Amino acid sequence: MTQPGRTCLVVDDSRVVRKVARRILEGHGFAVEEAEDGQVALATCRRQMPDSVLLDWNMPVMNGIEFLKALRHEFGPDRPPVMFCTTENDISFIEQAIEHGAQEFIMKPFDEEILLGKFALVGLL
Amino acid sequence: MKPASFDLIAALLHTISGLVIGPDKLYLLETRLAPIMKAHKIASLDALADTIRAARPGGITPAIMNAPSPLEVAVIEAMTTNESFFFRDEKPFAHVRTHVLPRLLSTRPAGAKLRIWSAAASTGQEAYSLAMILAEQKSSLGHRSFEILGTDIAREQLSRAGDGLYTQFEVQRGLPMQYLVKYFKKDGTSWRINDTIRSMVQFKLFNLLSDLRSLGQFDIVFCRNVLIYFDQPTKARVLAAIAKQMPADGVLYLGGAETVLGITDAFTSAPGERGVYERTPTAAARQFAAVGR
Repeated sequence: MTQPGRTCLVVDDSRVVRKVARRILEGHGFAVEEAEDGQVALATCRRQMPDSVLLDWNMPVMNGIEFLKALRHEFGPDRPPVMFCTTENDISFIEQAIEHGAQEFIMKPFDEEILLGKFALVGLL
Repeated sequence: MKPASFDLIAALLHTISGLVIGPDKLYLLETRLAPIMKAHKIASLDALADTIRAARPGGITPAIMNAPSPLEVAVIEAMTTNESFFFRDEKPFAHVRTHVLPRLLSTRPAGAKLRIWSAAASTGQEAYSLAMILAEQKSSLGHRSFEILGTDIAREQLSRAGDGLYTQFEVQRGLPMQYLVKYFKKDGTSWRINDTIRSMVQFKLFNLLSDLRSLGQFDIVFCRNVLIYFDQPTKARVLAAIAKQMPADGVLYLGGAETVLGITDAFTSAPGERGVYERTPTAAARQFAAVGR
């Protein structure tokens, strides 16, 4: 059952990754929305803001960091919490994520423990 | 595996490390000791027990704790290896940061060194987490000196701790990304803790069942998820020994599933906190009086 304050927008161009994240998050009371790129994700946020965003970096149309900048510019610096989830694992990417207002950074491959641990770190669990 | 073989290995583990295993943990022996048997070309657990028995004609006695053979050490290390991760359970570390450090800093003389002990350091994440907390508090610490000691019975784990090199998986368990950026450097596909944090921690091979007095006094002791593997008398003995190495205002952290209740009166649960224990005033006063005599 979905618990209050537990909606998550999963933004990733890989259907497999979205499916895996959905399965994990739904198993812990989250209602999950999906978007395949930053532009679709931004439209979803304008329609209804999720409580959290799990965000890939490299995507067509609008990538993750462009989405994050647009989201923070349009809706303010803090909400909702955004966690990157990407194959990028260089420290410069994490620094950019912090600079533009991401709350956490997951380096793929990830598993349930890592994903839920990061959600706990930002106070979502 | 023959019952006598199981009993011998169980006795070895208990005598040297305090670890208690019942027959229901046979699978653990099989999985964890398999690499050792392969390395020593030993065909089975029975053969392993026979090898140990043959080298110990006097049986498994407490005396062997002082001079275990390489094979015995390998068995102990394989069975006592436990997982570790950064800021495990978070709350104990937050308690150190928000309660204990400010209190100790305000009550101790400026020149007094603060000493912290990670009593089952494993691969070092707990000790380094404490170092990162101190590094974050640098401005309030001023010129005060401190020392973090990580000890463990497992040589290989401790060697990894000293290297400070962690996999991508390990740095994603409990470690906030800000700390990853601030205190680690990429090293190939792994992550290495930086020299500042590394230099704040000393690691030492040490058996919790041996005489703790050589380690000195500690203001903060993390002994988390260790006692659960001991029987009651061993828990009581270790807790009593730890208490003697702590000042009256020292703080002990145990794992969430561990307690001192019914085991020792040397510690009392900190009000409203789980896994946080303070020296029991009377016990602390008795020790103070004994030292003063």
